[in-house]
Amino acid sequence: MSRLAVPKTYKLYIGGKFPRSESGRTYEVTTRSGEFLANAAKASRKDARDAVVAARSAVSGWSGATPYNRGQVLYRIAELLEGRRVQFISEIEQSEGISIEAATAQVDEAIDRWVWYAGWADKYVQVAGNANPVSGPYFNLSVPEPTGVVAIVAPQKSSLLGLVSVVAPALVAGNTVVVIASEALPLSAISLSEVLATSDVPGGVVNILTGSPAEITPWLASHADVNALDLTGAGDLDWIDLEIAAAETLKRVLRPGGGADLAAPSLDRITALTETKTVWHTKSLI
Amino acid sequence: MSFLDYAPAPESTAILSLKNEYGLFINGEFVDGNGTPFATISPATEKKIAMISSANEADVDRAVAAARAAYDNVWSRMSGSDRGKYLFRIARLVQERARELAVAESLDNGKPIKESRDVDVPLVAAWFFYYAGWADKLDHAGVGPNPASLGVAGQIIPWNFPLLMLAWKIAPALAAGNTVVLKPAETTSLTALLFAEILQQADLPAGVVNILTGAGATGSALVNHGDVNKIAFTGSTNVGRGIARAIAGTDKRVTLELGGKAANIVFDDAPIDQAIEGIVNGIFFNQGHVCCAGSRLLVQENIHDEVVDRLKQRLSTLRLGDPLDKNTDIGAVNSAAQLERIRTLSDIGEAEGAERWSPDCVLPSEGFWFAPTIFTNVSTSHRIAREEIFGPVLSVLTFRTPAEAIAKANNTPYGLSAGIWSDKGSRILAVADKLRAGVIWANTFNKFDPASPFGGYKESGYGREGGRHGLGAYLKPAGSVRQVPSAPAADLTTSAAPAELAATEVAAPAATEAATTKKKGTK
Repeated sequence: MSRLAVPKTYKLYIGGKFPRSESGRTYEVTTRSGEFLANAAKASRKDARDAVVAARSAVSGWSGATPYNRGQVLYRIAELLEGRRVQFISEIEQSEGISIEAATAQVDEAIDRWVWYAGWADKYVQVAGNANPVSGPYFNLSVPEPTGVVAIVAPQKSSLLGLVSVVAPALVAGNTVVVIASEALPLSAISLSEVLATSDVPGGVVNILTGSPAEITPWLASHADVNALDLTGAGDLDWIDLEIAAAETLKRVLRPGGGADLAAPSLDRITALTETKTVWHTKSLI
Repeated sequence: MSFLDYAPAPESTAILSLKNEYGLFINGEFVDGNGTPFATISPATEKKIAMISSANEADVDRAVAAARAAYDNVWSRMSGSDRGKYLFRIARLVQERARELAVAESLDNGKPIKESRDVDVPLVAAWFFYYAGWADKLDHAGVGPNPASLGVAGQIIPWNFPLLMLAWKIAPALAAGNTVVLKPAETTSLTALLFAEILQQADLPAGVVNILTGAGATGSALVNHGDVNKIAFTGSTNVGRGIARAIAGTDKRVTLELGGKAANIVFDDAPIDQAIEGIVNGIFFNQGHVCCAGSRLLVQENIHDEVVDRLKQRLSTLRLGDPLDKNTDIGAVNSAAQLERIRTLSDIGEAEGAERWSPDCVLPSEGFWFAPTIFTNVSTSHRIAREEIFGPVLSVLTFRTPAEAIAKANNTPYGLSAGIWSDKGSRILAVADKLRAGVIWANTFNKFDPASPFGGYKESGYGREGGRHGLGAYLKPAGSVRQVPSAPAADLTTSAAPAELAATEVAAPAATEAATTKKKGTK
């Protein structure tokens, strides 16, 4: 006699909590062949705005953590992902309708990519910043700093790897994130938020919305408290209008990705979400 | 006779041999523009200096085509060391003709000759000299080995530091291997045209630098041109916004240096003599026509009265008048329109309840002048504490604790620069960490150097100019081909092919056209 399974309720992840959409809306997530998998929360404009508030309030703590600490906290997420490897593989196998080998490869790459980014937390400043030999009695130093709140449209054709590839680099420098998961493949995103909730990442650092990117992204693109807009996964949206909306407050915009890997790992992905601060310290004349 | 009375010591304009009219500089030659020519005047006298051509869309086409041909056939194929030699030549020619350039700049812009002579023009030469040396060392620019240039750069510069902004734009662009179409500001075209003559003396290959004079429509045509790969803009946040909209959906890269409302924070342990000089330099340098000007003085409450009294004394000794006079501290406001804006905002400051003070100061009867002005009793909600005035107007606010100073300093949509005055090193470091601004001066202000990156946070724009960072803004990684988003997106694989990040770096204008010209992917 087979045991009756206990299915999971998939909700949003905002400010370290798991609310349903304030709109009360859900949408059906199915397998590729159309079988019912779950009802995911369909986030609204209000949910997006709540997520920005949570992300903003988390900026000072996360960006103020020491680089070593941020690196360890990020690495710990990889440890927890590894522990839930089987769960992610099975979720991806079901929802993407791919082989267990392909699902395994995706999860393993996602974990490895997370580890790669975690290691950058206490190094990217050394690589991207420098001392400047100005002509005068000044100690002049340029260092990159996080830009603040980053709104992200995750790649839409990948459950976990796409999401990790855009979220991890934003976190390295100390930004906080509001990410819209893949609309059709949202289950791994919510499972990832369970990992985040039980890791040492402070609530609000990562906020995950499920639902329609076409509906939610315009509110984030025009939100005055968002500093950067990563449109990596927005290639199928009317992203030009999103870039135009982002211009109103001169957000930093990453245009949609192309090719096989929409967000291949790179240092650029970290530094694109930073600001270079240059400080002139006066030397006394002795 | 007070010490303010002095014998005039004007710099002679005999060093200039100006033409009555100037054409556009396209493909190495001066040619007539198709637009309606306009006069450039001296803001100190309102007298005409010369007639300037205006470039229309056809002229922009011509200039971009010349830049493209020069890029394809000459400049992108030239060795880095040869590009560098051209830039070194230019640096030397600027030094040789430094006095002439300084006089022309003060005449056309209205800034005091001591600033154009001792700050603007020396920095112009330094900028070319610095980037000249980079041209054959691009592997170390921070974008990986063997980086590639971008192509044709469209550059639009403001009127506050006409020749210096030209150098900030052209030097790194050429060092990196790009060619240039540059549009100076309408009211300050003169030194850019003299610079074109320098390019001829340097024998720079035709088309590598093209200079188009004209008004906003010329700049808009340049920004929207389909064969321009990079836009670099310095100017107002509003125009920058328009540029960001205009380039949406294109492949163009952009750097934007926009407005600011810098806080200059003075703690009670500050070296007060230096601080007073720094405050004055911060807001009255170049008549306050400085995007990074320290226009909000945040002074610790217990030294407020002392600082304000000493500032007033110091302002009473500033000499306002003929920009060409070597004694002049404060020159003319650049244009009637800018003068009007400064007057309007200052009147609003008074109406909103701030207390206005200016030294006794006789303003010349002709030209555009505004006496240095201090507002006290300013609150953070006043428009003079929030909006960029771009004139010699200082708003004084107070604070009690470092936390309050930081909160007030960051309470602005801008984030270009800030100043900190304190004798306590650990406090300077901690406060500098918390300020959301791209350039911070500790116990100094308004210092610029070609080796030092400059640029803003938030609505002050994006991208950096100066230093290694400024060079990187004109380069892309080797072999990077911009990936076209509308191409069919394959499923993610585990292969990690190097993908160029299509980040927009800085700013550009022309919003309405964007709706009709927008397109996905490459041109």
